[in-house]
Amino acid sequence: MGTPDAPPVSAGRAALLVLADGRFPAGGHAHSGGAEAAVRAGRIRDARDLAVFCRGRLHTAGLTAAALAAAAALGLDPLVLDEAADARTPSPALRATARRLGRQLMRAARATWPGPELDALAAARPRGAHQPVVLGLTARSAGLSPEDAAHCAVYETVGGPATAAVRLLSLDPFEATAVLARLAPDLDRVAGRAAEYARQAEREGTGALPAASAPLLDIGAEAHAAWPVRLFAS
Amino acid sequence: MSVRATARIVATPAGLPVLAGEGPLALRRTRATGPGARVTVVGAMSAPLGGDRLAIEAEVRDGALLTVDSAAATVALPGRDAGPAHYDVRLTVGERAALNWLPEQLVSAYGSDLRMRTRVELAATGRLLLREEQILGRHGEEPGTLSTRLTVLRAGRPLLDQELSYGPGAPAGWDGGAVLGGHRAVGQLLLVGTEFEEKPASPRLLGETAVLTPLAGPAVLITAVAPDALRLRRVLDEALDGTAYR
Repeated sequence: MGTPDAPPVSAGRAALLVLADGRFPAGGHAHSGGAEAAVRAGRIRDARDLAVFCRGRLHTAGLTAAALAAAAALGLDPLVLDEAADARTPSPALRATARRLGRQLMRAARATWPGPELDALAAARPRGAHQPVVLGLTARSAGLSPEDAAHCAVYETVGGPATAAVRLLSLDPFEATAVLARLAPDLDRVAGRAAEYARQAEREGTGALPAASAPLLDIGAEAHAAWPVRLFAS
Repeated sequence: MSVRATARIVATPAGLPVLAGEGPLALRRTRATGPGARVTVVGAMSAPLGGDRLAIEAEVRDGALLTVDSAAATVALPGRDAGPAHYDVRLTVGERAALNWLPEQLVSAYGSDLRMRTRVELAATGRLLLREEQILGRHGEEPGTLSTRLTVLRAGRPLLDQELSYGPGAPAGWDGGAVLGGHRAVGQLLLVGTEFEEKPASPRLLGETAVLTPLAGPAVLITAVAPDALRLRRVLDEALDGTAYR
């Protein structure tokens, strides 16, 4: 082991746990990540459907969000990334959700890991920047890496629907968590690719970031936003 | 032998100074029912096959109006050459110019692998009506691998950027409840025009599996999935009729 002054090999790991924790007060627990609309439409009926749903979300919206987060953590201009996020989010319901979650995360981030870059983005986007951009900047402010930011983003992408499915379908929580555990190697791979894309965007511009999208998530989000009563905010 | 071919169209208010087909991409000037020019892409052979690199470039200069359609569906087929086929569409629309880009469906046949990229650069006052329809497999057939990316820039800023990946070579989950939910036809209709700046559209559901959404910029996107090509086209046609876009 190193001397008392050397940084531990796991530097940042505890900060990552704090940021990725579902109890981090950023409002994510109120969102199902499209699962509530998919359950109503009959597209998620059991743990198997949930696994396929999560995998589809991970490789589309998840990859796109993770690359934006990694790029923000790397130090790319958050306002340019926010514009790139808008272009990658055709659904106004999802843009509103992303900005609301971004605003809530910003409030928590400025209390936990305050810094001038967070202040600047909060001032430029008082109604909230897209959540993945704020997430990346929060990771940066906490001293975390682009890979860490991407890991947080991909985990949120599947953690939201899995938790929501427990409530929506009375799914066994052990089964729902097993779905997440089986996805873990995919989460690692997608987070790794997202960080590579972020480095490519640093050289070539934000056009190099992925824009993977999922038609039914966009359609379902608009249907869900029109419901008079719902369990989850999105 | 794989094919490399690029077709080029340039439209001005006076006409079509460039109308150059190449290889399997033949271009015909067809009668326009209104003002402006109409060009039909005539697929002289089945394409693209694996390994092919096809491209179409259309430039609509300031003040011009151009409509491009196609005589038949484009069918991506497996080729003798290993590796995917590439199909690039590059469109530019100048000030006060308008482009209607209305090709027939893209069909991803079993065993094929196609990467399609569409990039549109619009001037601030340029107008665009663009339709994209992807059919996964011919009738009753499993799909090939298809990935598409549609990037639209307006006055140099990103307006819409979307990638879709389906089929055996796509990341898992593409056929599940988040992406296609078992549907085999997916399409988009994009309308861009300054009128949406003054009066943004309201989001509207078009049945269970289609939606009209205003983008963050002055544009409307209709996104639809359907069991087959016929029903997809019906949804997109009805959606277009329901908009004020002339």
